[in-house]
Amino acid sequence: MPLTYDREALFDRFPLASKSKNLSHLFDPRKDIPKSSFGVRMVKMTDLPTKGGFSFDLCTRNQMLLDKGVQMPPFRKTGTTIVGLVFQDGVVLGADTRATEGPIVADKNCEKIHFMAPNIYCCGAGTAADTEAVTDMVSSQLQLHRYATGRESRVVTALTLLKSHLFSYQGHVSAALVLGGVDVTGPHLHTVYPHGSTDTLPFATMGSGSLAAMSVFESKYREGLTREEGIELVAEAICAGIFNDLGSGSNVDVCVITKGQTEYLRNYQLPNPRTYISSKGYSFVKGQTEVLSTKITPIQSKVQTVEGGDAMEE
Amino acid sequence: MENKLSGFGLDPTGVERRTFLEEGESSPKQSLYSLSLSASLYLACFHLLSLKLGFILLLLSIYKMDLDLSAPHSTGTTIIGVTYNGGVVLGADSRTSTGMYVANRASDKITELTDNVYVCRSGSAADTQVISDYVRYFLHQHTIQLGQPATVKVAANLVRLLSYQNKNMLQAGVIVGGWDKYEGGQIYSVPLGGTILRQPFSIGGSGSSYLYGFFDQAWKEDMTHEEAEQLVVKAASLAMARDGASGGVVRTVTINAEGVTRKFYGGDTLPLWHDELEPTNSLLDLLSSSVPEPMST
Repeated sequence: MPLTYDREALFDRFPLASKSKNLSHLFDPRKDIPKSSFGVRMVKMTDLPTKGGFSFDLCTRNQMLLDKGVQMPPFRKTGTTIVGLVFQDGVVLGADTRATEGPIVADKNCEKIHFMAPNIYCCGAGTAADTEAVTDMVSSQLQLHRYATGRESRVVTALTLLKSHLFSYQGHVSAALVLGGVDVTGPHLHTVYPHGSTDTLPFATMGSGSLAAMSVFESKYREGLTREEGIELVAEAICAGIFNDLGSGSNVDVCVITKGQTEYLRNYQLPNPRTYISSKGYSFVKGQTEVLSTKITPIQSKVQTVEGGDAMEE
Repeated sequence: MENKLSGFGLDPTGVERRTFLEEGESSPKQSLYSLSLSASLYLACFHLLSLKLGFILLLLSIYKMDLDLSAPHSTGTTIIGVTYNGGVVLGADSRTSTGMYVANRASDKITELTDNVYVCRSGSAADTQVISDYVRYFLHQHTIQLGQPATVKVAANLVRLLSYQNKNMLQAGVIVGGWDKYEGGQIYSVPLGGTILRQPFSIGGSGSSYLYGFFDQAWKEDMTHEEAEQLVVKAASLAMARDGASGGVVRTVTINAEGVTRKFYGGDTLPLWHDELEPTNSLLDLLSSSVPEPMST
């Protein structure tokens, strides 16, 4: 019998394998390839291993679907107000705490100020998953870099890592960040946009509430603010975003970074307390809910341990 | 979403008065050595940046007239570079916009590539920042290998290579200007598409549309440094008055044999043009004054 690579021919030679003959014919993707004269199946392009890297094919497909009218499922965004400013001793970062999923508030008290390094923090606006993932990734990279160099991380290092990552994803990683920190070269504040561009500013706002917060900064910011003035101005700007922007709300988080010390003031202000609570309280007494039927099934162990057996090889 | 907007950060190509790039008779040692180095850097460029084409089918969305904070950060802008008898003066406005919102009203669009070569950036902020970073890195290596400061032509060529090789994916129009000891002050324009063109002066960005006639009249050969600087500032402020995508302050950078000088012209120092009003603290001051100012017709 001539040696062929024909699967059907192989089954004739190895009859036991033919038990699964029907199934494999169903799932064999190469079934419809025309055979060459020697009965050898020609290799299709799909047999090559896939190359690595981000595939932008799905992005064009998504755009095509949008054009046809198919709606994207709403993902959780931090429609948001995030701010940062430089004061005389360092930087102050601020953020609101509302995370939205379309029109619904998914999280009333989320954390938008992410840790990058002990002396660098980053506020994130845009898609919550993207900001979390990208800040976590760069934070790990910074830590490895600290171990390798033996030095405190610099803000420009974090900035370059973020901007090159976001640029290579061409804006599809929807993360708009306010990055601030104090290192040996001094206090720094940067904004990073989803397409990978950055700005260096003395005060910055991002997110859907950025216009409201920027109006506060533009009227009240000046160089050489003290720590208390800086925190107060940041809180005021965030409150402007909370009250005037629908995508922002709940509480104010503040983070103050100075040389050698960082203070993360979680829930620095709570301007939206829950005021309408029933004075009688809520009680759920046992027996209030009617039980219709009860069935108890004991769980039986199906695992049997077998002693002995071969020792593991080194 | 990338907006392909005509006149919004694009540098119009095909202006009639251009001269061809001079294959200049610089000193043979310099040209051979630096050409071979730039060839090896070109190969390095190519390998680093052989990005897949085609999947960035640029989403030609219609230009929305709303705020659109998710629009890509673009330097819809005014950039100018002029040569004078001793070097070059580069100038730019300072407005960076996302859609209709001014994301940064005091940005610095004149970026350093090396000590003696600077670049004015227009178009997509992300694209031009990345190009500048790459070229700065390549030029640093090139300078070390060459043993002397890089020439302006090599810097401009590197920008051109990146721009041309990735023309489908980039939206970047730049003006490269600098001074070297072989050719003196030079200005090279690298608009969208990746053409390279040496010119005695160059304008770019969305605000440049308003300056073609102005430069036709006001430009002259062999100006002094003061004349060149005043020309650049006047031109930038004229463009900022008429172009919505340009504004803020004017920054200039002078590069000559002595080195580099940066200057800053705040909004209040710029001249007021036709129909521009004097700045006042608040309109409420006018209202509360005894005789209210009559409206000008």
